[in-house]
Amino acid sequence: MAELAYWEAIRRAHDEEMANDPMVIAIGEDIGVVGGTYKATSGLYQKYGEKRIIDAPISENSYTGIGIGASMAGVRPIIEIMSINFALLALDTLINAAAKIRYMSGGRVSCPIVLRTPGGTAHQLAAQHSARLARMFMSTSGLRVVTPRGAMDACGMLKSAVRCNDPVIFIEHERMYNMREEVPDTEYFRPLEGAEIVRKGTDITLIGYNWSFILCMKAADMLAKDGISAEVIDLRSLKPLDRETIRRSVEKTHRVLVAEEDEAAVGTGAEIISVIIEDCFFALDAQPVRIHAADVPVPYAANLEHAAIPDEHDVYKGALKVLGKI
Amino acid sequence: MKAADQKRLLREMIFFRRFEERCFEAYMEHKIGGFLHLYSGQEAVATGVLEMIRRGQDYVITGYRDHIHAIKTGAPAREVMAELYGKDTGSSRGRGGSMHIFDPTVHFMGGYALVGQPFPLAAGLALACKHKGTDQIAVCFLGDGANNQGTFHETMNMASLWHLPVLFVCENNQYAIGTRIDRSTAVVDQYKRVCGYNIPSSQHDGQNIETVIDAAAKAIDHVRSGNGPYFIEFLTYRQRGHSMSDKTAAYRSREEEVEWAKRDPIKLYSEKLVKAKVVTDADIKAMEHEVLNEIENDIVKFAEESPAPKVEDLNKFVLDDSPDPRWIGPLQNS
Repeated sequence: MAELAYWEAIRRAHDEEMANDPMVIAIGEDIGVVGGTYKATSGLYQKYGEKRIIDAPISENSYTGIGIGASMAGVRPIIEIMSINFALLALDTLINAAAKIRYMSGGRVSCPIVLRTPGGTAHQLAAQHSARLARMFMSTSGLRVVTPRGAMDACGMLKSAVRCNDPVIFIEHERMYNMREEVPDTEYFRPLEGAEIVRKGTDITLIGYNWSFILCMKAADMLAKDGISAEVIDLRSLKPLDRETIRRSVEKTHRVLVAEEDEAAVGTGAEIISVIIEDCFFALDAQPVRIHAADVPVPYAANLEHAAIPDEHDVYKGALKVLGKI
Repeated sequence: MKAADQKRLLREMIFFRRFEERCFEAYMEHKIGGFLHLYSGQEAVATGVLEMIRRGQDYVITGYRDHIHAIKTGAPAREVMAELYGKDTGSSRGRGGSMHIFDPTVHFMGGYALVGQPFPLAAGLALACKHKGTDQIAVCFLGDGANNQGTFHETMNMASLWHLPVLFVCENNQYAIGTRIDRSTAVVDQYKRVCGYNIPSSQHDGQNIETVIDAAAKAIDHVRSGNGPYFIEFLTYRQRGHSMSDKTAAYRSREEEVEWAKRDPIKLYSEKLVKAKVVTDADIKAMEHEVLNEIENDIVKFAEESPAPKVEDLNKFVLDDSPDPRWIGPLQNS
């Protein structure tokens, strides 16, 4: 087992899949000569050439559309959009084309693309570089949405996403690229579907995904010091959602908190809590709590940004609230 | 051109006109729902350009006015009509309707409602051809209105930069929905607009099918020979409204419609072939009769008698219905 940074895991997945299948290509801004803003494709331009690691002009909607068109004819493109904020420019080709083509062709044409993009707040990037937006893709029929939490899933899920026949929105996080995790030395895959119970517990279920999952894990450590046993679930896949794992955990702990870095309205937490109410309302012993961002565009000033975005202390306090301790 | 081919092309255009007019009737009878955009008046463009491609090998994609492009590319007319009727036997199994005809078996890669969206999809299809090292090309049909979308400029840039084998066919029918071209577009000659991207282009009469065929042949040869994209503009006119819901009287004059009707592509070609003694007026009458019979007793009958999609299949085709568990899972928690 070697320890890899998240970005190295993404790079390894590209490398292995491109070596495995000549139909795999990558396209994005600065991914070739520069090697990617987060180094996720570094060295691959030199290895695979400009035909397969394609530096795109700053035309998100159309280079995404070119990837989609190529996928309709047997190519397997990994499309990188430098920040999920810029993915808003590509929503037409992603939501109106990629997500709908299989359905509106009666299953006759598929769009096996992977759209990789980092979402989330980093360090004072201000409103136009801090969007999270997972909820928008999560609410679109015809897409898969995955949120790998570390190097292990980043490599294994990206490889699965490349081989899967559906359009996959692969949401990374700017604060996670340098996080390290052990991964197998030999080739491995991680499935795209299924939430994972990463930490077992009995008193409360904390549910998160990518960055908010990390907050949940930190909060679980804090709760352990208070003698509270928290179960932590990484959703991994926002679409489709693993309702079964959520239900089983809530039926065990009877208490639940959902953490998201995004604003609350029509969001991931809203969806998860609705699912819990539909599937296991009578298992609940306490009102569920959502931990989420303030309802503001993300501010620049460090103190304001900090106030706008939840951290592990917010998750910890939210858990105490669910447990009736504050 | 051989007389037999000329005769066949005339018959095809008569067929396409009748097909569209029969759609109009079915729409009025509420047998076809949704939005319906008819191609009457523009037949020479799709018929002529698609006559010259390698049908079944080259990729074809277009906007929402797509029935005739699909049929000429090779999609069975029965299945296109069944799609309009929302039937399970339709080209898209009743999931797409008029604006979303697909037939990947002949490489007809769809009709799209988002104006300008096919530009990048076409370039992507071309990228796939180039990536595989074949000499296939992609052909993208769109109207003049689509050229005011950002996708036009973004895609022209990339198609040129990467020398993609794609032919952009601009069917300039003078109106973007109900706005006349000089009221929506600073440069009226559409072929001039790609000069900034170093894409060779030309403008031709879209009402004369043999002109279309000659121009398309040269453009296709350019693209297939590895010279990168080509943009070809045909001046044409749709005889009906943008869709079934608009009133052309609100935005164009009766005089203008009469002028263009004089240059109806079927009329022009019929006159030409009669004059050249390729066909007689009686032959044309016979063709019209045959076409009417075929559409009524085969195509419409098939659509009428086909079953509707099963409601229990509502959730099919959203994602891959038989995915490989190695990639999909789900993950098992211990």
